[in-house]
Amino acid sequence: MSKHEPVLLKNMQRPGYTGSLQDYEQTGGYQALRKVIGKVPPAEVTTTVMKSGLRGRGGAGFPTGVKWGFLPKDYQGPRYLCCNADESEPGTFKDRQLIERDPHQILEGILLAAYAIGAESAYIYIRGEFVLGAKILESAIAEARIAGYIGANILGAGITVNVWVHRGAGAYICGEETALLESLEGKRGLPRVKPPFPATHGLYNKPTVVNNVETLANLPHIISRGSEWFSAIGSPPKSTGTRIFCVSGHVKRPGNYEVPMGVTFRELIYEEAGGMRSNKPLKAFIPGGASAPFLTPDSLDVKLDFESVAAAGSMLGSGGVTVMEEGTDMVWAALRLMEFFYHESCGKCSPCREGSSWLVQTMRRIVAKRGQMEDLETLVDLCKNIVGRTVCSFGDAEISPIMSTLKHWRPEYVRLIHEAEAANLIALKRPAGRP
Amino acid sequence: MKLIEKYKDEITEILSHYPVKRSALIPLLYLAQQDEGYVSEAAMKEIAQMLRLTPPQVYETATFYTMLNLKPVGKFHLQICKSLMCALVGSDTVIGWVKTKLGIGPGETTADRLFTLSTVECLAACGTAPMMQVNEDYYERLTEEKFDRILADLKKYGTCSLKTGPFMWPEPANAVNHDA
Ligand SMILES: Cc1cc2nc3c(=O)[nH]c(=O)nc-3n(C[C@H](O)[C@H](O)[C@H](O)COP(=O)(O)O)c2cc1C
Ligand code: SF4
Ligand code: FES
Repeated sequence: MSKHEPVLLKNMQRPGYTGSLQDYEQTGGYQALRKVIGKVPPAEVTTTVMKSGLRGRGGAGFPTGVKWGFLPKDYQGPRYLCCNADESEPGTFKDRQLIERDPHQILEGILLAAYAIGAESAYIYIRGEFVLGAKILESAIAEARIAGYIGANILGAGITVNVWVHRGAGAYICGEETALLESLEGKRGLPRVKPPFPATHGLYNKPTVVNNVETLANLPHIISRGSEWFSAIGSPPKSTGTRIFCVSGHVKRPGNYEVPMGVTFRELIYEEAGGMRSNKPLKAFIPGGASAPFLTPDSLDVKLDFESVAAAGSMLGSGGVTVMEEGTDMVWAALRLMEFFYHESCGKCSPCREGSSWLVQTMRRIVAKRGQMEDLETLVDLCKNIVGRTVCSFGDAEISPIMSTLKHWRPEYVRLIHEAEAANLIALKRPAGRP
Repeated sequence: MKLIEKYKDEITEILSHYPVKRSALIPLLYLAQQDEGYVSEAAMKEIAQMLRLTPPQVYETATFYTMLNLKPVGKFHLQICKSLMCALVGSDTVIGWVKTKLGIGPGETTADRLFTLSTVECLAACGTAPMMQVNEDYYERLTEEKFDRILADLKKYGTCSLKTGPFMWPEPANAVNHDA
């Protein structure tokens, strides 16, 4: 058992907890909404969230209250809230658990956020594969509607918020917030050029906030227990609260672990997740989903907070921590991720569309032992021509696996190429007419 | 039969969620897929009409999303995740089982049209890998024994009790397991 007290996963770890409205209410659910709706001005809710230091859990880590504050104050028309439940970053599987085991925690978070920003409609954009999750959310919404938490005149406070579930249909890029909005408008999920930002021109060109599932799930706790309680957890002032880390790969006990931000990778991997699955030592780990550069065992004592991981040359990203044991082929691993990015590039901008294709081809050649030394320069060259030149930050992400494995495990690339060269020499020496 | 006649209530409900009709496009494409097993051209034309879009606007969206099948697939669509986290713990082996047991590779359908295999990218089950999704259900922590049972049950009953219920991993130390 973990020595850390969970916040978001606490309810679902109670024996017999089903995630029903009744169960949720019995553990203090919807008290935060009751506390503020129609009683505390929306701007004050935003201030509390700002003071808590809560930062987005979707990947970019943007301060949530600050984001809400960007919405135009005097705008009279509709505003929208979108809950980003697209969870498609390889290595990440926390939102799925939050959705399927404690849906009302998310709904209460959505209602609080909608109240704070003045949105009457909220859409939960959930990845299409989460069929079960979508059903669970739909029934939770129905329960909450009957109980008067969702719909017109919530709890008699004269506030209206409707919540709808909208299923995606299999496209990683729709997790990017502007692609999500395009998709929600019934179009191809192509990211928009920013600015303008969703805060002013979002869904249907109206002021919009997009927040991740886990971000929203934190809100009931912050409102109930106060910003000071929250900002004392983790590594204040910049990384407050807990985070759910999704541990995968070669560990004994892969799974979701909620810990205060600021514990070390060593603790997460060796204590929470039980350490390595066999007697092979740890060779590499990815700290924050497929988009985060690989790290070596030298970084095991780095703290799991936004700043520390960035300082170590990677990013905390989506919270997906993937562990690889000694013996894992790093060029192969980088290729696997590159194939993912190649498959998921939306094709809107040429550096990413063409670059991802060339990167995959070059990597495949190297792995198949048909590479040449120049290929290594080609890889770096291609990566440098993608980064910073694309519409969305997918471009910056897709070069991470190759650039970081080249940095830490270059000899593995070189060995494959030497083997290719040796094979070529043998082929050249073969008498003509023989295979 | 036209979708609008067969699913009048569902369609009215879907349309009521959005202030702009086009937002109903993907939900309606799903409805068409649920009806016929794939999204047919006739359905796309009908949906275009419903939403006052041109057919190309509908194709444009439909062709972007991998979960919308524009061609019929087998009764059971095996979707095996092959992204890195699954590959680290044996997803390629699972793909191999499909080849030996059903004789199909990625993109292929068995002659009896029961099974189609696709390899897919991360399905958010990396901690319970290797895994596959069959139609709407997830099957995780696959072993060969489990895999055989899933195939047998699917053939016999159309479903299998090994599918994942509401997801939580690791399971809490002392909690009662309600999914089984
Ligand atoms: C390529 C790409 C994929 C993304 N995928 C997701 C995702 O699956 N889920 C998510 O919450 N955020 C994702 N994001 C981040 C969103 O764009 C956005 O920053 C986030 O939803 C904002 O919510 P937050 O501030 O609560 O984190 C992605 C970003 C990019 C560039
Ligand atoms: S960087 Fe890639 S994913 Fe992002 S908009 Fe450009 S082509 Fe699409
Ligand atoms: S990598 Fe296979 S489910 Fe995530």
